[in-house]
Amino acid sequence: MSLDKDLWCPSASIENLRLRAELLKQVRNFFDECGVLEVQTPVLGRAGSTDAYLNSMTSHCSGGGVSEPLDLYLQTSPEFHMKRLLAAGSGAIWQLAISFRNGEYSERHNPEFAMLEWYQPGYDLNDLMAEVQSLISEVLEVDNFSCQSYRSLFRAHLDVDPFSSELSELQALSHTKTGITADDLDRDGCCDLLMSACIEPLLGRDEITFVIDYPASQAALAKVKQDYEGDLVAARFECYYRGIELANGYHELTDAEEQAKRFAADNEQRRELGLPEVAADQHLVNALASGIPECAGVALGFDRLLMLKAGADRLSDVISFSIDRA
Amino acid sequence: MANYSTNEFKSGLKVMLEGDPCSILENEYVKPGKGQAFNRVKLRNLNTGRVWERTFKSGESLEGADVMEYDMEYLYTDGEFWHFMSTDGSFEQHAADEKAVGETVKWLKEQETYAVTLFNGSPISVTPPNFIVLEVTETDPGLKGDTAQGGSKPATLTTGAMVRVPLFVNIGDNLKIDTRTGDYVSRA
Repeated sequence: MSLDKDLWCPSASIENLRLRAELLKQVRNFFDECGVLEVQTPVLGRAGSTDAYLNSMTSHCSGGGVSEPLDLYLQTSPEFHMKRLLAAGSGAIWQLAISFRNGEYSERHNPEFAMLEWYQPGYDLNDLMAEVQSLISEVLEVDNFSCQSYRSLFRAHLDVDPFSSELSELQALSHTKTGITADDLDRDGCCDLLMSACIEPLLGRDEITFVIDYPASQAALAKVKQDYEGDLVAARFECYYRGIELANGYHELTDAEEQAKRFAADNEQRRELGLPEVAADQHLVNALASGIPECAGVALGFDRLLMLKAGADRLSDVISFSIDRA
Repeated sequence: MANYSTNEFKSGLKVMLEGDPCSILENEYVKPGKGQAFNRVKLRNLNTGRVWERTFKSGESLEGADVMEYDMEYLYTDGEFWHFMSTDGSFEQHAADEKAVGETVKWLKEQETYAVTLFNGSPISVTPPNFIVLEVTETDPGLKGDTAQGGSKPATLTTGAMVRVPLFVNIGDNLKIDTRTGDYVSRA
């Protein structure tokens, strides 16, 4: 990136930075009134996210009092540390966590961003969606909400079924809709593409839209259950407003053995894709094994929420210094 | 040529797509919170001038295209080809065919400098300067003293181009023309 003379200037207006401070105050009040404890957890960890489609940045810690040099991952979300607090009996917790995702840079992404994440023991997905709804309606002053299943969206907008349509049909549709060479895309790849290219832009135009019942293969760290058509789905929701993905919530996986299996499966997928393996978080597996309360948790893009509140078009409009100026 | 990954795509990069050299116009990174990332790319096909929209898996590569743009002076036409000479001191000459010259043919004037795009060493497009001065060879007689606005008439220029000009313009006048719009700007 060239060093332009004007790049010393913030990418956000001072007005938007004031709005940012206000939003933070509003969020803090919201959780205070709900009796949710604010916590801070480390940004650096020995283990990283194994998810094949999340790229962690790394850092190095050595010298001084550190006798054994450490390679540390910058968190892609504060999930692992927060779940360890839950297992230790913290009760409901929230934090605004600076998180890092390598390479994620666009009008809606910045490799370093603020994630608003919280966990509620005893909640199921519906309880948590109601809470997300009340926070968002307070911040954005919107009252309309809707909830649709992943399957119904594909049926309504694309006339295919993400679970039962032939892979070749999904590939052909991906090709016609976007011009991609789809022969080597798997079912999830096709669905990811069709979702982001054809469905997302239409979501939450005048209302906040929750999408539920994702295919089980996209469960990540959520529990898996059967939907009313007998297919396995993830107990997970995503929340959209004005075509922007705002939040991703789970009825959290609490089974240590299943968690270890998913870490291993992620690394297996990384090997197949020729990506470096990532150290799985044994501490998390041990924490789950020691017993973690049944809970639901959600990660909400704080910068994106602010972007919508400010009526801004780009994430950089609400971040003091986006990565090109950092 | 080197291969370029979607990570390296940026406006102006020249790549090969379906056998044609293309110039990247826009590259949008699309990534759901969970799941695969894609790049939505707009490219201009340099052979046809058409704009293509294509989606690539993030990290996928395309072969680079050997496309370079040079300033060249227009020399002459032999009826089949239009001949240009590099202005960089090499005096290297290139012959552009009808397809490469395209619409620019009506703005070709000897000793004027043009941007000539070479693909694998051969011209594929010729871009005129934004403004060019050309002489009027044919138009209705000028109305003396009528320099007020209102009213225009067709005029033919030395290159054969037809433009709308004000009523006061005469045969033999030199006119400044905006080649992007084909509009008369002023008398030169």
